[in-house]
Amino acid sequence: MAEEVVLMKGNEAIAHAAIRFGVDGYFGYPITPQSEILETLADEKPWETTGMVVLQAESEVAAINMVYGGAASGKMVMTSSSSPGVSLKQEGISYIAGAELPCLIVNVMRGGPGLGTIQPSQADYFQTVKGGGHGDYRLIALAPASVQEMADFVGLAFDLAFKYRNPAIILADGVIGQMMEKVVLPEQRPRLTNEEVMARCPWATFGKLKHRGPNIVTSLELDPAEMEKRNIHLQQKYAEIEEKEVRYEEIHCDDAEYLIVAFGSCARIAQKAMEEARAEGIKVGLLRPITLWPFPSKAIAERSRQVKGILTVELNAGQMVEDVRLAVECKVPVEYFGRLGGIVPDPDEVVTALKEKIIK
Amino acid sequence: MKQEIIIAGFGGQGVLSMGKILAYSGLMENKEVTWMPAYGPEQRGGTANVTVIVSDERISSPILSQYDTAIILNQPSLAKFENKVKPGGILIYDGYGIIEPPTRKDIQIYRIDAMDAANERGIAKTFNMIVLGGLLKLRPVVAIESVLKALRKTLPERHHHLIPVNEEAIHIGMEIIKPQ
Repeated sequence: MAEEVVLMKGNEAIAHAAIRFGVDGYFGYPITPQSEILETLADEKPWETTGMVVLQAESEVAAINMVYGGAASGKMVMTSSSSPGVSLKQEGISYIAGAELPCLIVNVMRGGPGLGTIQPSQADYFQTVKGGGHGDYRLIALAPASVQEMADFVGLAFDLAFKYRNPAIILADGVIGQMMEKVVLPEQRPRLTNEEVMARCPWATFGKLKHRGPNIVTSLELDPAEMEKRNIHLQQKYAEIEEKEVRYEEIHCDDAEYLIVAFGSCARIAQKAMEEARAEGIKVGLLRPITLWPFPSKAIAERSRQVKGILTVELNAGQMVEDVRLAVECKVPVEYFGRLGGIVPDPDEVVTALKEKIIK
Repeated sequence: MKQEIIIAGFGGQGVLSMGKILAYSGLMENKEVTWMPAYGPEQRGGTANVTVIVSDERISSPILSQYDTAIILNQPSLAKFENKVKPGGILIYDGYGIIEPPTRKDIQIYRIDAMDAANERGIAKTFNMIVLGGLLKLRPVVAIESVLKALRKTLPERHHHLIPVNEEAIHIGMEIIKPQ
């Protein structure tokens, strides 16, 4: 039998993938352009099938703290929001990272700052990969570029989150959230039983057992020496993630004389721009970071040896460009092109920018 | 084969759902499809548009600079998209919504009086399917059978009795579309 393919929006794909992956709980609060995640979950009523909890909280702050509680008990829990809502969640995210709990946060970005617009943007790159909340912590950040990846990255994010006891985030934008494409959904799997959760998460707070004392989940150590140890441990964990979990895609890079680096919807637009430029004889390649943290710095540095210049394409005022410059240590020119506030460039604009800023 | 299509008009005309039916029909033929709406604080009477790409190969950008085909259902959309049709491409417009018709000489322009036809026959709600019929006459992006299959699959069963009137609307559109 042929695989069943369906046509749906990126946001809907996230909701369906979460149910099928056996997620235990979703806690959210509606905001455009990601409301379809909560709406689809409400339509599907997974509490009647898998037993998944779907709850519209009274606020974003409440939702992230529900995630904190659910994650502390070893359950697979998630929340989703869009830029201003994700800002509200930052305190909770920092606590979850500090307490080393696995969870999934989805941010379908809109134009900012402030309340901004509801149209697509990637202006939360810094917030996502440089902190956002307080303290020295990192989120594992995945950037889908298709509806299929919106579905696939739910499972990947949870696998990585549980492997490293670290929050993971899917950083999408309004294009990927609102667009409909073909998608193959994962097979339905059952939610883990309590016994399976206890075996997977011996640290979780599921009550005091006879053979051990109580498990305590906290981000607080009153003794700074202990707190330093905890911080050093976190940094060692982050170094391991940077070593092992970098993901990226390269298209037409082998003979490239110029390179475009772009993620999410911009990678799709840049791919078309690349096709147009190649039709004119310009040898340009595309490197698409899939993990924004850990960032594919080594891969970009490697490619920088063969190219004359690099252009980043971003729906912000030039954020990822800083990480690309750090990656190549300014050995080749790195320029940025982007649009702001919810405007999405078309492929022609990218070709023009490539010619004006890089090829000259 | 790849077709890059923009459908643009007033909110409430069925622009987005027409695009959706087209995309779903492509899916029925196992093609690659993307459906990208210009979403915003849209409302009935405001403008709405959707880009639909149907292709045999993996689709790169859902956002386009130019289109093979533009379906234009109101005047503001004509101003916005007439210049974005590729030279040699097709522009279809509805006579009811357009007072000042398109003027380009390097594209093929077709007129479809779908709004009038729908109103005359008392099937106003099938307006967008009449337009779809016009498109399929000129650009057989998908087979009519695939459209009907898509309707059967996407419509709730209680609405399946409306499929014949939609099929009829497609055929009306195929008949009434004409060069400008």
